[in-house]
Amino acid sequence: MATPKEVLVDPIFNNNPIALQVLGICSALAVTVNMSTTLVMCAAVIFVTTLSNVAVSAVRNRVPTNIRIIVQMTIIASLVIVVDQVLQAVAYDISKSLSVFVGLIITNCIVMGRAEAFAMQNGPWLSALDGFGTALGYSVMLVGVALVREPLGSGSLMGFEILPRVTDGGWYPANGMMLLAPSAFFIIGLFIWAIRGWKKDQVEEADYEIAPNLQYKEVM
Amino acid sequence: MPESDKSFDKEGLGNILLVAVSLCLVCAIVVSTAAVLLKPQQKLNQELDQKQNILRAAGMLPEDSNVDPQGRSIDELFGQFTVRAVDLRTGRFTDEVDPASYDPIKAAKDPARSMELSDTQDIATIGRRENVSLVYLKESEGGVDKLVIPVRGYGLWGTLYGYLAIEGDLSTVAGLGFYSQKETPGLGGEVDNPAWKAQWHGVSLFDQSGKPAVRLVKSRSPEGSMAAGYEVDALSGATLTTRGVQNLVQFWTGDLGFGLFLENLKSTT
Repeated sequence: MATPKEVLVDPIFNNNPIALQVLGICSALAVTVNMSTTLVMCAAVIFVTTLSNVAVSAVRNRVPTNIRIIVQMTIIASLVIVVDQVLQAVAYDISKSLSVFVGLIITNCIVMGRAEAFAMQNGPWLSALDGFGTALGYSVMLVGVALVREPLGSGSLMGFEILPRVTDGGWYPANGMMLLAPSAFFIIGLFIWAIRGWKKDQVEEADYEIAPNLQYKEVM
Repeated sequence: MPESDKSFDKEGLGNILLVAVSLCLVCAIVVSTAAVLLKPQQKLNQELDQKQNILRAAGMLPEDSNVDPQGRSIDELFGQFTVRAVDLRTGRFTDEVDPASYDPIKAAKDPARSMELSDTQDIATIGRRENVSLVYLKESEGGVDKLVIPVRGYGLWGTLYGYLAIEGDLSTVAGLGFYSQKETPGLGGEVDNPAWKAQWHGVSLFDQSGKPAVRLVKSRSPEGSMAAGYEVDALSGATLTTRGVQNLVQFWTGDLGFGLFLENLKSTT
């Protein structure tokens, strides 16, 4: 049995949902163009994952195996709709820029994955820690990506100018690629490389060995 | 774990129905409570957002702030405007609809309240045009001070929605701003760049014969020449967005857009 501390801290670097499990990439590409939307998205995911884990764990002894996935989905979907409604009421501008991606937390593999893999087998308290820790691991990754994308792409951070852009009369020619989704792929790739360079045990074994190139005659 | 309670069958049909029904009930209550409680605030936000967009297009509100340099709030500034419905077919004010609740974009989808545009007419690629639209008028003593009209048209990836603000002479642009667009960030997305938008200020909409004449160009005509008055810099690397913006401005200031209305308004003031 894992200790509560391990459950909470492990997903941040040792078992990061994005870097090691490679889940939840979709929203990591979409919402990391600037830091403020990223932080709101992270808060939303932390809220949903923690509470859905608690709720699923609380009812786990009553839920029939046949309909457990639907039960989990319904709980997650309800929480996400509540978050979406709250955002539209209190942070309208940010909810507009997050657009569909708040709604898409429902289909975020991380939330569903934690409910099915952890909350169905553990008590509410431990599940809450697991949900919080996993979402925190997701958040650390997203904040890292946004930290690269926003300054290089638009010369600002949280909307404050740090690199004056050429188009605004400064000296920094903004890197347009950083504003597009593919740049997040490269950044996440570099992060995964860095984490696996630091924690060697995360390096996966090769699935197969590449055979050397042979001449036609040798094969025959 | 040994089954302690023999009467409780977790996998039985009874329990499945019980869990399904009670879960739906609980979730429905949670979701609808949130939706109902937050509805008024959300509606307020949407209205405020729209007012903000109109004021920004008219250049009366800075891009990065919710108050103007004199410290007046959005509601206070917007209070200077009157919202009127305009019949685009006749170019005159109409009382057919209630401007407070009327949505021109919704009306454009309804065959009974809109007209289909033929390929040659539809330069802005919007498909249908509503019969009645809204204008926002800022009046001062002796006439119109500013007029804001809603505009829309297709760019590269999707429809751009925005407002075009016109000065009191009804032929000079006061500002143009888009509140919804899907253009490529960094290229076509630069339609939101304040430096680019600032050029629209003072551009003439119509040539001497009264036809829409705004053009987005790669190289400007010499300073002070006739043509220079109609020109705005094109966005580099965004030919299709640029074309879309030029077309939508020409469409909505043309005869199928607000052209007739602008002429009528000119002759009455």
